[in-house]
Amino acid sequence: MENYGKFDKVCQILEENGRDKTKLIPILQAVQDVYRYLPEEILAFIASSLNISPARVYGVATFFSHFTLKPKGKHIIKVCDGTACHVKKSSLLIDALKTKLNLKGTEITTKDMLFTVEAVSCLGACGLAPVMLVDNDVYGQVTPEKLSKIIDDIIKKEEAL
Amino acid sequence: MKTITINEKKYTFDNEKNLLEVIRKANIELPTFCYHSELSTYGACRLCMVNVQGRGILPACSTPAEEGMVVVTNNEEIREMRKMIVELLLANHNKDCTSCHKSESCQLQTLARRLGIHKVRFQNVRKPEPVDFSTPSIVRDATKCVLCGDCVRFCEEIQTVGAIDFAHRGSNSAVCPSFGKNLESSECVYCGQCARVCPTGALTPKSDVSPVWNALSNKNKTVVVAIAPAVRAAIGEAFGDTKETGTSAAGKMVTALRTMGFKKVFDISFAADMTIVEESKEFADRFSAGEKLPQFTSCCPAWVKFVEQYYPDMIENLSSCRSPQGMFGSIAKKILPEMYGIKKEDLVVVSVMPCTAKKFEIKRPELSTDGIQDTDFVLTTQELARMIEESGLTFSTLERSAFDMPLGFKTGGGVIFGNSGGVTEAVLRNVLAKADSNEVDEFSFVRGEDGIRETSVKVNGKDLKVAVVHGLGNARKVIRDIRATKKYDLIEVMACPGGCIGGAGQPVYKDLDVRKKRTKCLYENDKVLELHKPQDNPYVQKLYKDFLKEPGSHEAHECLHAKHTSRKRLAENPFTIHKGIDEKHLKINVCFGTSCMLRGSQKLLKQILELVDKKGIKDTVEVQASFCFEKCSKGPVVRIGSKVITKCTVELAEKAIDEEIKTIA
Repeated sequence: MENYGKFDKVCQILEENGRDKTKLIPILQAVQDVYRYLPEEILAFIASSLNISPARVYGVATFFSHFTLKPKGKHIIKVCDGTACHVKKSSLLIDALKTKLNLKGTEITTKDMLFTVEAVSCLGACGLAPVMLVDNDVYGQVTPEKLSKIIDDIIKKEEAL
Repeated sequence: MKTITINEKKYTFDNEKNLLEVIRKANIELPTFCYHSELSTYGACRLCMVNVQGRGILPACSTPAEEGMVVVTNNEEIREMRKMIVELLLANHNKDCTSCHKSESCQLQTLARRLGIHKVRFQNVRKPEPVDFSTPSIVRDATKCVLCGDCVRFCEEIQTVGAIDFAHRGSNSAVCPSFGKNLESSECVYCGQCARVCPTGALTPKSDVSPVWNALSNKNKTVVVAIAPAVRAAIGEAFGDTKETGTSAAGKMVTALRTMGFKKVFDISFAADMTIVEESKEFADRFSAGEKLPQFTSCCPAWVKFVEQYYPDMIENLSSCRSPQGMFGSIAKKILPEMYGIKKEDLVVVSVMPCTAKKFEIKRPELSTDGIQDTDFVLTTQELARMIEESGLTFSTLERSAFDMPLGFKTGGGVIFGNSGGVTEAVLRNVLAKADSNEVDEFSFVRGEDGIRETSVKVNGKDLKVAVVHGLGNARKVIRDIRATKKYDLIEVMACPGGCIGGAGQPVYKDLDVRKKRTKCLYENDKVLELHKPQDNPYVQKLYKDFLKEPGSHEAHECLHAKHTSRKRLAENPFTIHKGIDEKHLKINVCFGTSCMLRGSQKLLKQILELVDKKGIKDTVEVQASFCFEKCSKGPVVRIGSKVITKCTVELAEKAIDEEIKTIA
């Protein structure tokens, strides 16, 4: 009953925020932490609980790139493509990552839902360019080789689970 | 009085909302996309830029006018700026202008012409998007949207529906219903005011001109048409003639429609008379019994849908009477086939309406008899004007003809229906006017322009409290007051500002004075008619004698009333909490609508899940959370199999599960 636990958590989040429509953004953030994305049904539920239109909630959820309406992988890889990293050829890293994970065109999440790859504007660690963030771990001066190893390690760990 | 200098001329001003209003009052036209005096100021389109001495270039709509300001509205710099804005908008615009529904009334087209933009230097980078034809009332074409947000603000601020909003950002920004779905799956009530304020062809009323022409050219069909009261107040505008009076315009429309091939031309005002007779009877009964009060009027289909989806517990307050259109269709399909000696399926009933929601109304299942729609097609005033043009007729030179009988005779009571307050006034004429007098001036106190008007009259020593409301946001306010403590007996609600005369099917207007003119037109039409009280209509009386017996009779209920039912606000699926692995499932659905949640549905869900676990029936149940069963006052509500349990407790749920699980096994 994994679904129940999550849904119960959403109810709790709404409760904690006093069903206050001005707290929509913190509510969405907390809900995204629970589901790793924002499911449509849950957004409709949030809208009706806060007494605002679902179109408004959808507008907010699609405005901020932090929010996602599509399920994301278990591990989120953020490759920095800010100016410093870009100059240090971060785009090559993104290409290498996509090839490695077999992501085609605009796909960002692997079919096994293990990885999601995102290009972000700046991680604030320009001195270490090119920078990459895997979940909450920062990797600096990444090369395609280094990257390949990081991925392989995660896959190995996952297989051992 | 304060003074201001605009383009080197001095003007005086008072309390105008902003600089733009002051400039427009001085008869200087500033272009705008996103400014409507009825809505909040948005300041997005930047077309109303003016130069204010000492402060530079500012948007006039969001700048307050100040004493001694020196303003220039038009110079080389400003002109270039406006040109650039429009050129950039055009770059990403779907330029199907010649075949666009808004052609010739499109503000973007007009501005491009006025500003002399003959070449667009930029490439269109917008992705193609399918046109949304999902609703019977409104067509949405996102490729023509200029993101002015007028529709969004009207829907949110005036109607408090919020069916559409801005989504995404930057170059991906779009105005769309929730989750990027189509309009039909949203809470849209089809009032169409979004289409009225839309400056381009992004939102337009859906056209039924083609199927009507098809019916007219089909030799096996007899096509009849009926014109709604509000249409005669505005049709002239479509031909640039705002002085056309109600009777004269109606007479010209009758001639035009006959020329097009309509066999008979009737008047919806006749059915409006009938609506008043029925609705007054219903009200008199409720008022004397003190039941189901306040009574809400039910002639506005947008308002009816609004109640059905937001206030299910107040559905019984709606009058069960059909709208005049609903009554007309039902009576026409009942009596005309025999009268003309034709089969019912060969009769085509068309109505001409000021309204887009009426296109949705005719598709309501309760307005069909034996699978045949009572009214087949709805044309808006705009569509009729287009058909007149297509026929090669010149409106101004048309002769006037009289409506056909029997469904073309009306009293003034039926005509004023098109104005906000008209229904109430007609009901009062019916309930209170002396039988032997044709004097009805005493009931005009319900007239006015305010969004909420209240008044009370003494009836047999009892106070009869009346409210007249237009705009759904105002209706929400009144309902909030009723839920608090306020008492009313009769409430008229029209979704569109000003009532039907301000409907979205009417020729597009921006100047609010147009609405006043239309209102006046219908009141004047009432004055020139012979009779003013709906109950005096001899053809209505005859109809009762021949078919319906008396107001409120069983027969009248069959033909003239309808049941309203609660409807889901959104098409969103329920949320699955648990799904057993067995093929056959017992469905358990717990309501998580706000009021049920406050009544403890969260705890109940937990208890039900524990119960399911304890009983070892995990594999044969599916547990879902839904977002509203519309029985809010009796929550928490749980549906188990075929049973809907109100005020549910875990004990009640267990009993129902035990019973229902047997039907699965």
